[in-house]
Amino acid sequence: MTVLNKREFLIVATGAAAAAIAGLPSIALGAEKAEMRVAEFLGGATASEGGLSLEMPEIAENGNTVPLTVRVDGEATADRYAESVLILADGNPEPGVATFHFTPLSGTQEASTRMRLAKTQNVIAVAKMNDGSFMRTDNLVKVTIGGCGG
Amino acid sequence: MSKPRVKIPKSAAAGEIITIKTLITHKMESGQRKDKQGNPIPRMIINSFECTFNGERVFGCDMEPAISANPYLQFTARVPESGEFEFVWKDDEGSVFSTKKKIKVA
Amino acid sequence: MMFDVSIGKLGRWATAAVLLGGLAAQPALAGDMKTYPAPEGHPLSEIISGYEFRTPETQALQDDDFENPAFLWVDQGEELWNTADGTAGKACADCHGNASESMKMVGATFPKWDAKNNRPVNIELQINQCRTEQMGADAWKYESSEMIGMTSFVRTQSRGEPVNVDFSEGDMEAWKAKGKDLYYTRFGQLDLACSNCHEDNYGNQIRSDLLSQGQSNGFPTYRLKWQGVGTLHRRFKGCMDQVRAKPYKRGSDEFLALEVYLAYRGVGLPVEAPALRN
Ligand code: HEC
Ligand code: HEC
Repeated sequence: MTVLNKREFLIVATGAAAAAIAGLPSIALGAEKAEMRVAEFLGGATASEGGLSLEMPEIAENGNTVPLTVRVDGEATADRYAESVLILADGNPEPGVATFHFTPLSGTQEASTRMRLAKTQNVIAVAKMNDGSFMRTDNLVKVTIGGCGG
Repeated sequence: MSKPRVKIPKSAAAGEIITIKTLITHKMESGQRKDKQGNPIPRMIINSFECTFNGERVFGCDMEPAISANPYLQFTARVPESGEFEFVWKDDEGSVFSTKKKIKVA
Repeated sequence: MMFDVSIGKLGRWATAAVLLGGLAAQPALAGDMKTYPAPEGHPLSEIISGYEFRTPETQALQDDDFENPAFLWVDQGEELWNTADGTAGKACADCHGNASESMKMVGATFPKWDAKNNRPVNIELQINQCRTEQMGADAWKYESSEMIGMTSFVRTQSRGEPVNVDFSEGDMEAWKAKGKDLYYTRFGQLDLACSNCHEDNYGNQIRSDLLSQGQSNGFPTYRLKWQGVGTLHRRFKGCMDQVRAKPYKRGSDEFLALEVYLAYRGVGLPVEAPALRN
């Protein structure tokens, strides 16, 4: 259970939680931890935008099970494929969600799973290609009922 | 514990890209919860998944506690020839769950 | 305001708002709901499955049998169906053969009058009756994974069949009447009856949940909140907990009576088990 600050408590008590928390900045701690994971994954390189996308519901009915699809554009081939795609949720107590590993045998560079989101937050994906280049995308998901323990 | 569920087509054309869906029963205890006495419930999750085809890696996934209970994974595979897929899940206690599926290339 | 409350109740309602999280503004769900004509004498003119009240993403999890995690339990049930247990050394399949034929109507016609015991029996209680009397095996706990798996497997055989419970047998009408009484009884600190939420306010938001008619056609159901499949009586318990009432026991006469009455409120709805809800 997270300790709520005064403003969040008021929001919960007045019952406008879902609508209002969406407008709050994410709690710094989670976001900081997430950026540390990103930095570690990048190992000093920089990530470009584009070529990588995340597909998620705009509003998740229950944070226990939020469907997620990661897609790197183009087929996976021996010449070009995403070795690892790191997925982070910056508003969870621990930001890590999963790391997908594609290979030339993967065919596409698209995979789906279901994740827990404690509240409305950003989901971040960073892809590391086999040539050492990186891509990144950030997407906001609104959560109406938070996933327990996640 | 029931068996993992894996869905793949029975046959494919050479070089075809097929979709694979997998599901396994697991509570994915996140390590963030407390029991009724207020003691933390230790983390116990499936932390890795691997899919190979005729021994070669197709797709892998490292999972963290934010993966939902009864983990679902969907991905694709290019099928160069007839053969066998193997799917392996491992959890924090070292348990290994695995299943195999054959596919025919016409 | 969601509930039609008098001024005198506002104090209590304010408590309810805090406990339940109150009203949350959320865009209305898109798309028309599929409705079915209500049976004669029903308080509503049309009946609607809980499926229709869920978001497209939650519905999608139910639409594909493979993506629906409830099938992990159905698979377990199927395995147990074919596994011998108890002193008679028999499996369900030894007496009932192929479930897709022998169990086809069970999910749509239960709870059913049990003349031998002079009371209604639901699927869970029938399974335990077979285990103890036919197989010489121990009864399963009401909410055990074996019981949920078997109930899910049995009821899934009736998918698509309209609910068609026979109330003319034995004292079914009396049990239905008892269930109806309970349905309209206000419970708990919040002083709310099932009807206040599921009859007066379906289609409205409570907390950030869209209230349905509280139908039973989808049970056993995988709930995202539970992260697993649960019985109808577990859902009843949850609804009673929500209004801060002391719930009846799973498998109790009270919950059985409610189950009989809910079956009546959903006569004609297709069986959806194992459904997926939030
Ligand atoms: C405070 C409001 C409230 C009360 C009172 C209440 N419920 Fe519910 N019930 C809910 C909510 C919220 C849900 C989940 C959303 C939905 O399906 O309505 C729910 C769900 C259900 C469902 C599952 C519907 C489905 O499609 O899966 C059943 C069955 C149900 N309730 C029965 C009852 C019964 C029987 C009672 C009386 C003992 C009752 N409820 C009292 C709020 C309430
Ligand atoms: C030795 C034979 C035998 C075995 C084994 C057996 N049953 Fe039965 N079952 C019966 C008989 C006889 C009935 C008829 C009703 C009664 O007497 O309870 C019945 C009735 C039923 C019904 C109600 C059918 C209807 O149309 O009303 C269900 C459901 C059922 N059994 C499920 C099971 C399950 C699940 C198992 C395994 C856990 C099982 N049975 C094992 C003999 C058996």
